[in-house]
Amino acid sequence: MITKRIIPCLDVKNGRVVKGVNFEGLSDVSSPVALGEYYSDCGADELVFYDITASYEGRQLFTDILREVASRIFIPLTVGGGINTIEDFDRVLKCGADKVSVNSGAIRNPELIGEAARRYGDQCVVLSADVKRVDGEFRVFAKGGREDTGMEAVSWIRRCVGLGAGEVVVNSIDTDGVKGGFDIPLLKEVCRAVKVPVIASGGAGCIRHFVDLFREIPDIDAGLAASIFHFGEVAIPELKKTLKENDIIVRL
Amino acid sequence: MVAIIDYGVGNLFSLCSSLKSIGAEAEVTSDHRAIKRADKLILPGVGAFGDAVKKLRDSGLYEILREQAAEGKEIMGICLGMQLLFEKSYEYGEHQGLGLLKGEVVPMEGRIPEGLKIPHIGWNGLHFRRDSRLFKYVEENECVYFVHSFYVQDCADSLVATAEYGRELTAAVERGNVAGCQFHPEKSGRVGLAILRAFCE
Repeated sequence: MITKRIIPCLDVKNGRVVKGVNFEGLSDVSSPVALGEYYSDCGADELVFYDITASYEGRQLFTDILREVASRIFIPLTVGGGINTIEDFDRVLKCGADKVSVNSGAIRNPELIGEAARRYGDQCVVLSADVKRVDGEFRVFAKGGREDTGMEAVSWIRRCVGLGAGEVVVNSIDTDGVKGGFDIPLLKEVCRAVKVPVIASGGAGCIRHFVDLFREIPDIDAGLAASIFHFGEVAIPELKKTLKENDIIVRL
Repeated sequence: MVAIIDYGVGNLFSLCSSLKSIGAEAEVTSDHRAIKRADKLILPGVGAFGDAVKKLRDSGLYEILREQAAEGKEIMGICLGMQLLFEKSYEYGEHQGLGLLKGEVVPMEGRIPEGLKIPHIGWNGLHFRRDSRLFKYVEENECVYFVHSFYVQDCADSLVATAEYGRELTAAVERGNVAGCQFHPEKSGRVGLAILRAFCE
């Protein structure tokens, strides 16, 4: 059977991983290549690199880094951040990315999803949605969660999948950073609404939260997190071992 | 030297890098002479079957590959590249493949239970059906990374491994000098590199 995926997410700025990381035995804790290799060796099923650089120079540096990562790490790589045009897709795919995640770029121009899916295949296009509860409904937020778009989230996600998004990352702004667990009600609704893989993001604070996620939503495909992995609060080998003990199928 | 056949589909960066990392000398090429000179061939591919076959035919690679296979050169297809080795595909119409192996490519839709997501994306365990040199360094149930919506059926005489996704789907094939993986060895971590190494040896 297909395994549930565990995905660390790395924010990269000016070629370095930001949000300090804290690993013993890792000499350069802000090198995307060193960290990527570390996670790959630990059993991460996939890596997400998020480019949070705004400048043109920073973008160039990011693709150089990506090329280096992709020449040394042989698991699926997803790249996001600043993807607004088909040229942006092209730029990162040529450097070894397998999937490209779009967020604000798709909100500005939803047709970007269709165009990219036709050119590179659905499996290549990942919709990333930042979602927050407003007035009793789930709303999509843009610009890194700062701007309420006014759009209802589940119908937005369904629309993007219809346009060709082959996978969806749902990041709950409400649970993000709180470390109280994933946003189960939101994720359940998204899983009911679409037939493509859904990746849960935002809220994981301990191993138990991943067990709860996969138990309560059997349809969910993957759990994504950043700081709890970077700070060593959750070690991936131990996480996977616990999932397996709880009869959740993982790759060991 | 391993020639990675370049016919204008797909991204070959990771495949090249993965071969380099296991110390194999690899060259991405569409040059007929380089292909004839190579010790082994890898046929990669993503995208649609019909489109890929057209590109192989237009570039003259279709005949070269058939001729090289007939001469006994080792060929491995990856993902769509594996599907292209077979007789025909029903992906958006009916298309003739290279016909190096017996079998046909059919959609998962309607052939796997309702509720399972298509494409089949993610890490899945290998179930061995027959000995294969591809698995010299790999154990039963080790996971590899799949991304596909179509699969090969009626390929009993080349089938060497399956993966369970509602039913047993063809995961790897080998017959004589022709082999193929439905999954992406270049994205399957240590296990994938071990499969590439076994092929390149």
